[in-house]
Amino acid sequence: MAKRASTFGTMTLTLFLVSLIAAVALGFVYELTKEPKAKAEQQKKNFAIMKVVPKFNNEPNAETYRIPVADGSDSLTCYVAREDGKLVGTAVESYTMKGFSGLIRIMVGLSPDGTIYSTSVLEQKETPGLGTKMTQPFFKDQFDGKNPATFKLSVKKDGGQVDAITASTITSRAYCDAVKRAYDAYMKGGKHE
Amino acid sequence: MNNWREFTKGFIRENPVFVLLLGMCPTLGTTTSAINGLGMGLATTFVLVMSNVVISLIKNVIPDKVRIPAFIVIIASFVTIVDMLMAAYFNTPGPNGEPSLYDNLGIFIPLIVVNCIVLGRAEAFASRNNVWRSFLDGLGIGLGFAFALTILGTVRELLGSYSFFGFRLLPNDGMLVFVLAPGAFIALGFIIALINRLKTK
Amino acid sequence: MEYILIIISTVFVNNIVLAQFLGICPFLGVSNRISTSAGMSGAVLFVMVLATLVTWIIYTFVLLPLGIQFMQTITYILVIAALVQMVEIILKKVSPSLYQALGVFLPLITTNCTILGVAILVIQKDLNLMQSLVFAIGNAVGFGLTLILFSGIREQMELALVPKGMRGIPISLVVAGLMALAFMGFAGIVK
Repeated sequence: MAKRASTFGTMTLTLFLVSLIAAVALGFVYELTKEPKAKAEQQKKNFAIMKVVPKFNNEPNAETYRIPVADGSDSLTCYVAREDGKLVGTAVESYTMKGFSGLIRIMVGLSPDGTIYSTSVLEQKETPGLGTKMTQPFFKDQFDGKNPATFKLSVKKDGGQVDAITASTITSRAYCDAVKRAYDAYMKGGKHE
Repeated sequence: MNNWREFTKGFIRENPVFVLLLGMCPTLGTTTSAINGLGMGLATTFVLVMSNVVISLIKNVIPDKVRIPAFIVIIASFVTIVDMLMAAYFNTPGPNGEPSLYDNLGIFIPLIVVNCIVLGRAEAFASRNNVWRSFLDGLGIGLGFAFALTILGTVRELLGSYSFFGFRLLPNDGMLVFVLAPGAFIALGFIIALINRLKTK
Repeated sequence: MEYILIIISTVFVNNIVLAQFLGICPFLGVSNRISTSAGMSGAVLFVMVLATLVTWIIYTFVLLPLGIQFMQTITYILVIAALVQMVEIILKKVSPSLYQALGVFLPLITTNCTILGVAILVIQKDLNLMQSLVFAIGNAVGFGLTLILFSGIREQMELALVPKGMRGIPISLVVAGLMALAFMGFAGIVK
């Protein structure tokens, strides 16, 4: 057990020293891990981008811009993918609040003319076994290659052309909402070359 | 007690989760799969061992009245260090875009600082024993904790996703309730009941 | 309106104990009597709101501007520990009767993951000061509600015939699981 007397002096000195050493040690480890951490975060982002746009050889994180949502209340981030300088696709970080459990974030990859190249879920809290099926190919692949100008982005129940997940109409609708949000914003304010 | 018994007590006889019923929050919150449970257990072990060692080293220099705040600063420092290390090195997404280990453990990493096991060992053991024994104590209890979490994680993963450490055993969805909140409580309840039964035999 | 949604979400949909797994130790530890549950809930409400307020201010006006967010864990836990000490001292002087009721639970709250958990969550969720306070109140109420409901069930269970191996913690955990299952029904309320 402690053998030092607990005078005010020793107490404050001890706490001060301990805190100082702790702060210095933490600052050191922070500097050490700052770069690897940033790289890991960027790798996660790139991973999502790679899944939704064609092959590219630029650095999408270095070429990003924001476009306003159709009703102007918010903005989406666009990541530009180029191969040999030519625009091959734009990954739009879209979202919808209409999920069964609220927010769903989806990365929508659009070709320069607005055709959907592919989509990928970034974040969701839907019902496991039901809404979570939106990440599975049988549902999400149906959007690939479709041009929203001619393909009606709503579930068949609402007069559209999208096959909803059985017993997960709300989640399916929300998915369409997010994709449409990305398309509308991109066609209005996005760069097409 | 001798050093070997010191080390092994954390696994069965005094297992922090199944016997002492400590550290319940991360136990229920991070065991959605075997890997997550193991990761959480090892992260906690790191903090436990490091803080036990440091506290044992300076136990004679700390005035009695400020020992708890001092212990807390030391423990919190190692928790922050493990958090930063995991954010840097255990943060790669899975092959299908699944969240990384760091994402899965989430808020429970900083919560290691209020894991009663860590402060408990510091106060009860590290502040009264030499560095080597404190190291063994921390390692034993920590690995016992990791052991418990991995067991629960394995059970939940086997029943809930029909997979083991990420390897799918059956193609369909499992009994999803087990990877969700209710399943955590129920699975742990039955495991403890089983252990109680084994203890009385 | 937005605040009502926060309250509903924290008390029912994302219940701090049954969905977020915070506060399990006191949940299992003091919930064998309704009276102790009420006492603990009161203490938690008090400390949680105060702690969220103070830590939010420290994060926004000290840690963030100085770029030392990594000091979050250390500063938060020290603030919480200090707050609990202060609350104990003040309570003893100002309201001895309240101190009698809550007093024994206060030291336990320092290691209660709910307090630190909520303090961290409001920053993660990027809530402003007012939202954070409502969030803290909501979570404390949710905690209290869950605790009291649970202790009510446990008091009844003492009269029930439980198999020997399941008595005590195991059956309590299974009950908690069933409660969690029930609370899952609240999902989807908050759009």
